[in-house]
Amino acid sequence: MRTSSGNAIGVNSGFDFLAALKEAGMAAGVALALSFTIIGMRTTGQQGGLGVEFRWNAVAIAVVLVFIGRFLLVLWRQRAKPLASADRDRMMDRVGAMVQHWSKYLGAALFAGAVAIPLIWSDNRYVVDVSTLVLTYIMLGWGLNIVVGLAGLLDLGYVAFYAVGAYSYALIALHFGWSFWICLPLAGILAASFGVLLGFPVLRLRGDYLAIVTLGFGEIIRIILLNWYSFTKGPDGLSGIPRPSFFGLEFTRSPDDGVTAFHEFFNIEYSSVHRVIFLYYIILALALLTNFFTLRIRKLPVGRAWEALREDEIACRSLGINPTNTKLTAFAIGAMFAGFAGSFFATRQGFISPESFNFGESAVILAIVVLGGMGSQVGVVLAAVVLIGGTELFRELALYRMLAFGILMVAIMVWRPRGLLAHREPTLLLGSATERTGGDR
Amino acid sequence: MTMLSVAGVHTFYGNIEALRGVDIEVGEGEIVTLIGANGAGKSTLLMTICGNPAAARGQIAFAGENITAMPTFEIVRRGIAQSPEGRRIFPRMSVLENLQMGATTAPPEHFGADLEQAFTLFPILKARKDQRAGTLSGGEQQMLAIARALMSRPRLLLLDEPSLGLAPLVVRQIFDTLKRINAEQGMTIFLVEQNAYHALKLAHRGYVMVNGRITLSGSGADLLAMPEVRAAYLEGGH
Repeated sequence: MRTSSGNAIGVNSGFDFLAALKEAGMAAGVALALSFTIIGMRTTGQQGGLGVEFRWNAVAIAVVLVFIGRFLLVLWRQRAKPLASADRDRMMDRVGAMVQHWSKYLGAALFAGAVAIPLIWSDNRYVVDVSTLVLTYIMLGWGLNIVVGLAGLLDLGYVAFYAVGAYSYALIALHFGWSFWICLPLAGILAASFGVLLGFPVLRLRGDYLAIVTLGFGEIIRIILLNWYSFTKGPDGLSGIPRPSFFGLEFTRSPDDGVTAFHEFFNIEYSSVHRVIFLYYIILALALLTNFFTLRIRKLPVGRAWEALREDEIACRSLGINPTNTKLTAFAIGAMFAGFAGSFFATRQGFISPESFNFGESAVILAIVVLGGMGSQVGVVLAAVVLIGGTELFRELALYRMLAFGILMVAIMVWRPRGLLAHREPTLLLGSATERTGGDR
Repeated sequence: MTMLSVAGVHTFYGNIEALRGVDIEVGEGEIVTLIGANGAGKSTLLMTICGNPAAARGQIAFAGENITAMPTFEIVRRGIAQSPEGRRIFPRMSVLENLQMGATTAPPEHFGADLEQAFTLFPILKARKDQRAGTLSGGEQQMLAIARALMSRPRLLLLDEPSLGLAPLVVRQIFDTLKRINAEQGMTIFLVEQNAYHALKLAHRGYVMVNGRITLSGSGADLLAMPEVRAAYLEGGH
């Protein structure tokens, strides 16, 4: 007791070098233990087999760097007297509440920006492509947000429904030649029925158990796609998936007989960018549909029941809510939007294979939802822009891209464990709203 | 007319027999209370009536219909509302949203009138309607739990220890409101309480439960006067 208060006084009057040295020494010890094998040994190809090359100088550099870094960090912390975590949380909550308060305007600004992107960068295919990618993840994030954010069901196999949507569209279009606009709702319905199929036996499980089973389901779908060669062409994937048309107008330079091309109809020069921009607007419309649907359904009894179920399942039962059916609707609707996104993905790529639907995708989508702040629509947009746009931006860093991704995740988890925007606004207000709701604790 | 009848009900938690053959009747328009010490099985009885856990033996009938083996949400939809142990309000949702959740099984056209009635019974909830329910005081949360239960337009209201952890003044306020709900709306109330004095004062009839069995029953006033009830539940301050 005495010693700790003595330390505190020491901190106030200056630097506690001894403590900093001690901590830096411990960190250096950990670094040594870790880097001993990871950095210190390297396998090399030699004649007649593998050889090991030792790099003790690299280990020494790593350990010294960690020691100095930790030492300086501890000193800086003693000096800076950082905000108590409660203060920091309160500050960030105020920021969250402010963002939520301005979200009407922020939403309008984001919408205007999203509409303007292909007009401004109409000659820059790269920007439009990246934006399309980000929007796809925003849509997937919003879809998963229904399941994870609103209903509180941890789904680690969300990508399975994305795959179902993609393969539904690709197979129907390739075998029957139906247009994208007919297949889109079909893919959604198929994905939703897979959601029901999975949900029915599984939704009596909770928390970790549900997570494991959904994880397994995601893998099962991928492995079926990989091995059912006669149906899905397995690892070869499906290619030549038809592109969508604009009210019957094709985006091709020289269309088949009897088909009008987009540039012919509007009497403009053919450009391959037209289709890219068209695809961008499709995913923008689909994403906005998802967002609009979520915002609406939160105000309806079933949406409110999802949120109540996340908070207290027993209380929900005692209010006459059928928990299984309620969860099932959340699961099915979330799956439906993944199905839409999946068929968009198939039509945009023109080629799909099981490679695109591995667990990593599920993890990224889940990361977007969790880091954005569970249940926050604006948060999903921010997280998708940062995670997907950010990794695209750092593409030149090649190897270090994933490192940046990891550091970003750790930073958010340290400073904002409940997500960037974890502030919830009530869905129903009578008369004039009071300012009391701002008291988020 | 008998609103609720519990006949020879046994309930188990694993191997532990929490209820050992309980018989209870609640008539329409009555306030009936069940008193007993901690761990006597009072809350278990309320939860068994709601089907969670289901009774292992015996029969529970609501308005003449056998509800023993029904799932909870089906029982609730027949007209039983429960203010459960520990209130179980939704802390991150606003007061108004909590009340709306209570109205899940009620026809939507009654929502406005029912809300007005809830606010008349508990005016403090109107002042707090947009506040997150988790920020309410204990008494306000209890009022919210009762109001939420009433929003489903029940025929029978089950209350589990509404006085738990509340200041005497707040307890009196809540019990006065319960009396008013019973008198004005003719609401049938089955009340589980440890606060025997207030409960017996309020109730028309009462039961005493010891170790999963009903040991005494009678009118509220009779039970209050019985020496064994006084000795076990009342003497030593209330």
